[in-house]
Amino acid sequence: MELNCKHVWAHISDYIDDSVAPELRADIERHLEHCEICSAILDSTRNILVLTGDDRTFELPVGYSERLHERLARELANEANAPTKS
Amino acid sequence: MKSGEATATADRDEAGLIARILAGEKELFHELIRPYERMVYVTVFAIVRNETDAEDSAQDAMVNAYRHLGKFRGESKFSTWLATIAMNEGRQKLRKLKRAKEDSLDEPVQGEEQEIAPAPLRDWREIPLEALERKELREALRSAVAELPGIYRQIFTLRDLDGLKVAETAAALGINENMVKVRLHRARMMLQKRLVPFLKTTAPARKGFWGRMPWS
Repeated sequence: MELNCKHVWAHISDYIDDSVAPELRADIERHLEHCEICSAILDSTRNILVLTGDDRTFELPVGYSERLHERLARELANEANAPTKS
Repeated sequence: MKSGEATATADRDEAGLIARILAGEKELFHELIRPYERMVYVTVFAIVRNETDAEDSAQDAMVNAYRHLGKFRGESKFSTWLATIAMNEGRQKLRKLKRAKEDSLDEPVQGEEQEIAPAPLRDWREIPLEALERKELREALRSAVAELPGIYRQIFTLRDLDGLKVAETAAALGINENMVKVRLHRARMMLQKRLVPFLKTTAPARKGFWGRMPWS
């Protein structure tokens, strides 16, 4: 099937997640071969996911892990809060 | 990015760890949660949107997970269960901070059924991860995520930052999988649209190119 650009955009997210049906995937790929606009939109979306998912984008506060485990150590030391199988 | 959590926990017998903690080896809880420290922080950060409150909530979430570990049934993965606790903790914190009124995490935003057109750009195939060395890019990425409407922000965080699967995201939020996909798509398109101005295009501008845009 011949897809237009808007049709391709509607499936970009599922296409990235590889959750489109094989036939539709083939149609999208045929469109991407000749449409540089959609190719650039797809690549930019993919890249944004890589960049937002990078550890440097959402940095943990310095000392976060140490403070977390200190708090847990205090919690674990308190017998009254010990979890039991319920 | 989604494989990170899987590799970190692939060799771990979490059910075994949990059983031992419940049987009295409490110290193992430190080990159990170590691969999820980041996930819990990012999850609550997406809700409360500032470092101090996020750290408080992340600690509270972990403490809650410890206290209620006996209620974990193993029907879901431990990571999904923990993400749900983190999300609830974040929401609770937000209610305390009384910021909820301006941005509901549950209500659909207006125009949810409308299509979002992505932003046009010439070429952006070569974005190296070194681009993240640019402070303004990191800042732009963070605020773009922070400014997504609540329902989209939560889905984007669970799915794309925490690496939960669609089914797990649906379970954590109590909505169906199709809704997750629809909202995730919108969230990603909003980010694309918002972030395109920050992208450095690599292809030289060609005369007449923009005139050929299908929407112009």
